[in-house]
Order: sequence, then C-alpha cells, then structure tokens
Amino acid sequence: MTTASTEKKGRGWFKEEFGNPERRAAYYMVLPSLLIIMVVAFFPILYGIVLSLTDSTVTAFGSFVGLENYTEMFQDPDFRVGLFNTVIFTVASVTLEFVIGLAIALAVNRAFRGRGLVRAAILVPWAFPTVISAVMWRLMFQPGIGIFQYLAETIGLVSGPVLSDPALLLIAATLIDVWKTTPFMALLLLAGLQVIPGEVYEAARVDGANVWQRFFRITLPLLKGAILVAVLFRTLDAYRVYDLFWAFGARELQSLSTYVYEGVRISQLQFGPGNAAAVFIFVTAFLIALFFIKVLGMQTSAEE
Amino acid sequence: MASATATEKGAGRSALNMVLFYVFLVIFVFMSVFPLLWVFKMSIVTKTELYATPPTFLPQNISGAEWAQVLGDSTFQKALINSSIIAGVTTVICLFFGSIAAYAISRLRFRFKGTVMTLILAISFFPAVAIIAPLFIQYTQLGIIDTYASVIITDTVFALPLTIWLLVAFFRELPVDLEDAARVDGATTIQAFRKVIVPLAAPGVFTTAILTFIYAWNEFLFANTFLFDENTQPVTVVIPNFATIYTVDYGAQAAASVIVTVPLVILVLIFQRRIVSGLTAGAVKG
Repeated sequence: MTTASTEKKGRGWFKEEFGNPERRAAYYMVLPSLLIIMVVAFFPILYGIVLSLTDSTVTAFGSFVGLENYTEMFQDPDFRVGLFNTVIFTVASVTLEFVIGLAIALAVNRAFRGRGLVRAAILVPWAFPTVISAVMWRLMFQPGIGIFQYLAETIGLVSGPVLSDPALLLIAATLIDVWKTTPFMALLLLAGLQVIPGEVYEAARVDGANVWQRFFRITLPLLKGAILVAVLFRTLDAYRVYDLFWAFGARELQSLSTYVYEGVRISQLQFGPGNAAAVFIFVTAFLIALFFIKVLGMQTSAEE
Repeated sequence: MASATATEKGAGRSALNMVLFYVFLVIFVFMSVFPLLWVFKMSIVTKTELYATPPTFLPQNISGAEWAQVLGDSTFQKALINSSIIAGVTTVICLFFGSIAAYAISRLRFRFKGTVMTLILAISFFPAVAIIAPLFIQYTQLGIIDTYASVIITDTVFALPLTIWLLVAFFRELPVDLEDAARVDGATTIQAFRKVIVPLAAPGVFTTAILTFIYAWNEFLFANTFLFDENTQPVTVVIPNFATIYTVDYGAQAAASVIVTVPLVILVLIFQRRIVSGLTAGAVKG
C-alpha cells in the first residue's frame, strides 16, 4: 500500500495526489457525490444571499438594495412571532426530549424479555412521516371528534378548542414533537451507553460510589460525546421545524421556516424578506453548530 | 437468619422492580403506538360514532365507507404511485453514487478525506428551507417545476449524506484482507469493489436503502414547494390537503393517514434490528 509516493517533500501535493493511481481513483469516486451536493446545495445558498440583497421577485432579478430586506424582515410582526415560536419550540422540545430520552435509555440499558418489541415501538413514531403524524394529531385535537380535545376539556385543562388558541397550539406542537422524537433520542443515547464498559461501574461500586455519584461522575462524562451529537442533531432539526407547524397548525402556527415558505412561495409580495429570513436561518443554524463544536467541544472528526 | 431475610427482602424488592419496569415498558409502548391505533379506530367507525360525545374507546359500529372512499379516490391512488416513484428513484440514485463515494472514503487513502466528510456532514445540518427560493427559480428556468425530477434531485442531495455516512460505517466493518487478496490476485480497484465488497456489504446496503427510502417517502418541504400539480404530488402533500378537498371529512383523512403509515410500520417491525444498527452506527462512531 505504501507506494512510490513516499516522502517527496515540497514536490507539490497535487502531483503526489493525482500521480498515484489509487488516490486518483478515490477522487474520481468521491467527485460525483460532491458535485451533486455542491451544485444543488452550496451554490443555491450563495444565490440566496445575493437574492436577499436585491429587490428581485420570483420571475425577475432585481437591483441591489443593501440590507433593506433584512430591515423589513425584522420589522415584520410575522417574522418576530415565527422567531419567538421557533426558539421556544426548539429549547422546550429538545430539553424535554433529552431528559426523558436519557431516562428511558438508562432504564432499558439491560437485558430483558421483549427487547425487540420495545425497539419496534421506539421506531414507530420515528418512521411516521412528520406531516402525516401532524395530520393525525390534528384529528385527535379536532373539536367534536378529537379524543385529546375531549380529555383536556373534561379534566378542565382547557376551556376552548386547542386548535384555535396560538399558545396552546404551540404547546401541543411541542408535545407532539416530544412524542415523535424522544424514542429516537433514547435510541442514540442507549447506543452511547452500551459502549461504556461494565467494569467501570463495578470498580466505582467497589469504591463505594452511590447511584448518583456513578451517574454524574461516570455515565454523564463518558456519554458526553453521544449526548452532544444527539442534542445538536435534534436542535438543528427542531430549529428548522416546518412540516409539523404547517400541517398541525393548518398554517396558523408560524415558525422561521413557515415564514420563509410563505414569503417565497405563497405571498409573492414578501419575496424579499422571505429570502432574508432564509439567509437568517442558514447563518443562525451555522452559529448553533459552531457553538456545539467549538464551545462544547463536540468531536466532529469522522476519521478513525 | 438475618442474612436470609436480607436476601428475601432483596428478592422481593427486585421482583417489585421488575414489575415496575414492565409497567413502565407497557406504558411506553402503548404511548408510542396509541395515535396510530386511535386514528385507525377513527377511520373504521360510522360517522355517527365518530362524532359521538363522549367518544367510544372501542369501535362499536364498524364501517368500511371511509376506506372505500379513500382507496377509490384517483388523486390518492396517483399520490401513492407518485410517492413510490419519487422515493424509489431517489433511493436508487443515492445508493449508486453513495456506495462509490463511501467505498473510496472507507478504503482508499487520499489527502482531502477529512474535508470531504465535513462537507457531507455539513449538509445534514443544512436548513433546507434556506435554498427553496433559489432552487425554485432555477428549476423554473430549467422547466422542471411540477415534475418528479425537481423533487428527486433535491431529495437526493439531502439523502446522500445519510447514505454515504451509513455506508462508510458499514464498509469499515468489512475485512480488508479479502480485498487485498483480490488485488494480489490481479483484480483492479473496481473489480475488488464489485466482486468482493458488494456481496459482503449487501446487508448494510440494504439497511441503508430502507433508511433512504423512508427519508424520501416522508419528505414534505420540497414536494410542497416544487409540486403544485396533483399529477405529481406525493402522499405527504395530498393528505394534509384532504381536509380542504373533502371539507370536513375527518374519517377519510384518518383512513388516508393510516394507509400511508402502515407500510412504514411493517417495514420497521420486520427490519427493526437492522434499522437500529444503521441509525446508531453513524452516531456512535461519528
């Protein structure tokens, strides 16, 4: 495997990389996928940034207007509601999913009868198309026929229809997301738990560590990597929430993504601010990822 | 004596623990599947029972009217076919490009491997909604709005990282010795890939195919952006609109939701072990 390319320092990496048939083959093999990704994802984001700085419409490219679209976007009450809802939804759903998911993962991290059944049950909500589960939950909250609307009214939790109260709608959407994604979170954390060798706990027990000490001193630190990956994935996923809000709220529940969609696809008058919001989501999502990687020290190297 | 009671007590407590554990599991499993069961119940009862207050917990007056209506609806039939085409073609394309790229990443050495993996990973964090406007404009210029192509191309880009990521994890588990042996016997890189890796990797590739298919089947944003023509819309777009087509026919909406979810649930029940290994492969090692 160590071919002719041994230590030709300073001779130019290009020649070294492409002079070697195996390496050249590797580039040819990776190139098609990279090209598809670059052309359909990275190029449009640049185009999107350009669009957000112009007064373009869907049909005509406009002239440069600076940050006007962004000013308009920040002044738009719909955008503010969308931003508020998105932040509340992201923080609440990810926190609940993490806490409940970790509890489930710790509880089922052992051999027991019926493991297969539990695993299958975990996957059922995950496999649902988000938009279809939103439709199902909407049916179950529908006044007159919805079981949850009926139960919530009977025990005095709500006085009117959940579906026509913006605050209740947001709470319900958060709980639906918790229902749908907690099992998945538990699955990822469980996989992380199973990598921790049992001897570590044995040793700690011999040394007299109690349940809580073992949890905070061993489980959490050793699980940190898995936790960060799972939480970052979920955070970015929740942050771009679209399907759930759109279908469950029947267009009454705003998020950042539904704001972009409304702007660029429904009301053509909002095209400029819609594009600004698209760039806003992209930049903030990038900052969130950066925060996890730089500040919290998430491992990103997929190598070895 | 004292030690005997202690063990008895311990046994009693562990039996209680066991019971509590299984109660917890039953509640957990029940909560996971409840919406599907309940919406199924909603879809098979008569209209009168659907609107009954308080709701009946077990179906009493069974009616197949809603199912018959939905299954006989040409828009819904077309949507099922559209979903199958979009998800099927996306899966094939992703597997084709993905397996080639994943093989190179997992087996061959080259300088920018880390950069390539980072780029691929970046897509999974990418908020798709950020590019729907530019893509809409470009697709309009290309004349592919309202065609399968618009959604298949976009789905492919966002499913490809998942495909590559999973395949890299699976390929890394395969023994390298076999390929080296094949190469010593004079096989080229491509031959080693086709004759040795592909058969060995089949289970992993199959798992990846299932996950990619589920992703594409469930996709909603792109389909809702690029497909405004009922002839090409998949089920994820058609079903939420059922409410407007049949004004307040909740029974039909319930039946349609169950119909598109059941195949996925069956897939999950049959392949749960594989799917779990696939889902966690990337996360733990990554």
